[in-house]
Amino acid sequence: MKSSLSLVISREFLQRVTRKSFIITTILMPVLMLGLMMLPALIMSVSTPSEKRIAVIDRSGSVVPHLQSTQEIKLCPFGADTNLDTLKADDSFYGILVLGENFVESPSELQFLTHEAASISVETALSSQLSSIIENIRLQSYGIADLRQIIDSIHADVYVTSERIGEEQSASSMMSYGLGIGMTFILYMFLLIYGQMVMTGIIEEKNNRVLEIVVSSVKPSSLMLGKIIGIGLVATVQVLIWAVLICGASMWLMPWVSASMAGADAQMLAVVGMLGNVNYILSLFIWLLLFLIGGFLFYSAIFAAIGSAVDNVQDASQLTSVVVVPIVLGLVMAMTVVADPNSTMALWLSYIPFTSPMVMLARIPFGIPVWQILTSLVTLYLSTMLMVWLAAKIYRVGIFMYGKKPTVKDLIRWARYK
Amino acid sequence: MSENILEIKNVSKSYTNHHALSDVSFNVPKGSVYGLLGPNGAGKTTLIRIINHITAPDTGSVIFKGHPLVASDIYSIGYLPEERGLYKKMKVGDQAMFFARLKGLTKAQARKSLEEWFDRLEIRSWWNRKVEELSKGMAQKVQFIVTVLHNPDLLIFDEPFSGFDPINAALLKREILRLRDNGATVIFSTHNMGSVEELCDEITLINKSKNILTGSVADVRSHYGANRYRISTLPEQMDALKSAVDPFVVSLCERDIDKIGTATLEFTLRSAEDMRPMLAAANQAVDLRSFAPYMPSMDEIFISAVEKSNTPQPPVFTTPNQQ
Repeated sequence: MKSSLSLVISREFLQRVTRKSFIITTILMPVLMLGLMMLPALIMSVSTPSEKRIAVIDRSGSVVPHLQSTQEIKLCPFGADTNLDTLKADDSFYGILVLGENFVESPSELQFLTHEAASISVETALSSQLSSIIENIRLQSYGIADLRQIIDSIHADVYVTSERIGEEQSASSMMSYGLGIGMTFILYMFLLIYGQMVMTGIIEEKNNRVLEIVVSSVKPSSLMLGKIIGIGLVATVQVLIWAVLICGASMWLMPWVSASMAGADAQMLAVVGMLGNVNYILSLFIWLLLFLIGGFLFYSAIFAAIGSAVDNVQDASQLTSVVVVPIVLGLVMAMTVVADPNSTMALWLSYIPFTSPMVMLARIPFGIPVWQILTSLVTLYLSTMLMVWLAAKIYRVGIFMYGKKPTVKDLIRWARYK
Repeated sequence: MSENILEIKNVSKSYTNHHALSDVSFNVPKGSVYGLLGPNGAGKTTLIRIINHITAPDTGSVIFKGHPLVASDIYSIGYLPEERGLYKKMKVGDQAMFFARLKGLTKAQARKSLEEWFDRLEIRSWWNRKVEELSKGMAQKVQFIVTVLHNPDLLIFDEPFSGFDPINAALLKREILRLRDNGATVIFSTHNMGSVEELCDEITLINKSKNILTGSVADVRSHYGANRYRISTLPEQMDALKSAVDPFVVSLCERDIDKIGTATLEFTLRSAEDMRPMLAAANQAVDLRSFAPYMPSMDEIFISAVEKSNTPQPPVFTTPNQQ
């Protein structure tokens, strides 16, 4: 009997792992994700912005000498008495910048007229250039030697990163946020994709009546468990492959990245440091795996019960909402929980087995106490056992029910059969 | 008395709102071909599931090889369900190996036995093809192999010949009889009464969850055929024949005139002693063409037994004397 369980598991596992689609998605997925993240930067680097000519009428006369054209903006000074209307008529200019007579004293005396819609990048470039010109002019007006250097030496850039007491790793909360959401999302995808795989697998077996034959040599509960474990192993293998890929990347790539980023700002350094810490990444993956397995077993048991009860995927849609809603809810809750990972709501949601895998995973990168994680895991695995037991009871009845579309009420009734 | 491989004892099973089986009992002798008959929805599938240890009876017991049926007995049973089922995306060979190993064979045993069977049914070349690439009949051959591969002592076939062309059906029939000759016991569940007459030694007929008829095919047929005869004459003399025969019979019915112009009358005599006087009277009245005892087909027996049990009055059970 025990060996038949392992036979079912190995069939499920080998069937799926040796499929071309599995191999392709496993290898292509990280590449695709990386590509998707790199795409905007790539597009930016390829497309060079066209030069924008801007006419400048400086009535104060003191700003023009300091103005500098950049790659994006070409500034063309005109005399103070130039006719504005003729300039307006000339559409070779992107815009006209008019500075008032007392511009240095009151910088609000400024007009920027454009033909097209405003461009934020042009506005910021002009603003910052004008501000620094005014600052310099004003500084010089005090007549103190080397004032610019003095001020530069005074200026300081401070960035706050919290460092947990008793932990070596300085955690960037931005990074934790990203990691939390990322892991939750991976879990969410796995629960839905692999959970549904369990369901459609069972529906398929039921539809082409393989079940009748298999069940004559395997106990229904072993068959259900075998399917769930087999598919769960497929998911685990996929995550492990990704883990190896990412850990590898983290180990080889990150020191190189951080070396090349000497002098970058403090936050980026913290992020890079965090990603370069293989132990940290590894511990995250272990938690991810534990919650993935628990969450998967829990939800796929429900998916299995539903799959056994219906005749085709269409009929299943109504019942699957019973499962999909809490999964989506878990994701949504995880999104809100990352904003304040230690709130009471966050705490409770990470103990309730329906949401705990997603919510807990979102919180873990923030460094929460281990006992909380363990409590959540134990609760999850205990309720998983209960759920599997319940699902097996429904499954046993469901697989021989044909031709009627069951409701949740029917499922509960079947679970009560002796 | 021959040894029974399977004894069904007072088995009852009910679902929420209907009885699938009520108090069904019969014995399957070892080495026989046993017909399990009954209209659709009579409870045959439930009974087969109970024998396969898929569901348990509410009351009653199933004795297999002298002991109450236990889970490990499924290794000695092969079941070919009516609705055939194979994994569509799996290769034929892998699939057969999977099922063989589920039935308790080791890898080496399974492979050896499979290669033998694949050769015997001439499907060796299918080993690496996916089931979805096979035709229905081809898939059924694979299914048949999967059923019999582990040399079970008890084989249960649910409509085994449906979907086969006559050549392959004959091949299958031959294989089934060969398995029987090698010591296996075969239970047939079918609606094809022709194959019952041809293959089965004994039958049990179930209708509306109850066993309404059990016995050997020969006994059942001769019981239903007792005092039944067919007599034929020329069509224009039919009325004269009818009135001559009428005093001796309990029921009679006129058959269609056949192609060579013979009119036939079928009837049941009141008693065996009436045969000679009846024949004398008929011979006086008309020119007789033929006269013979009539053996009803299993088809007729099936219909009349089911109809009889469907009429609500006295629960008379015709159980021919069983040895």
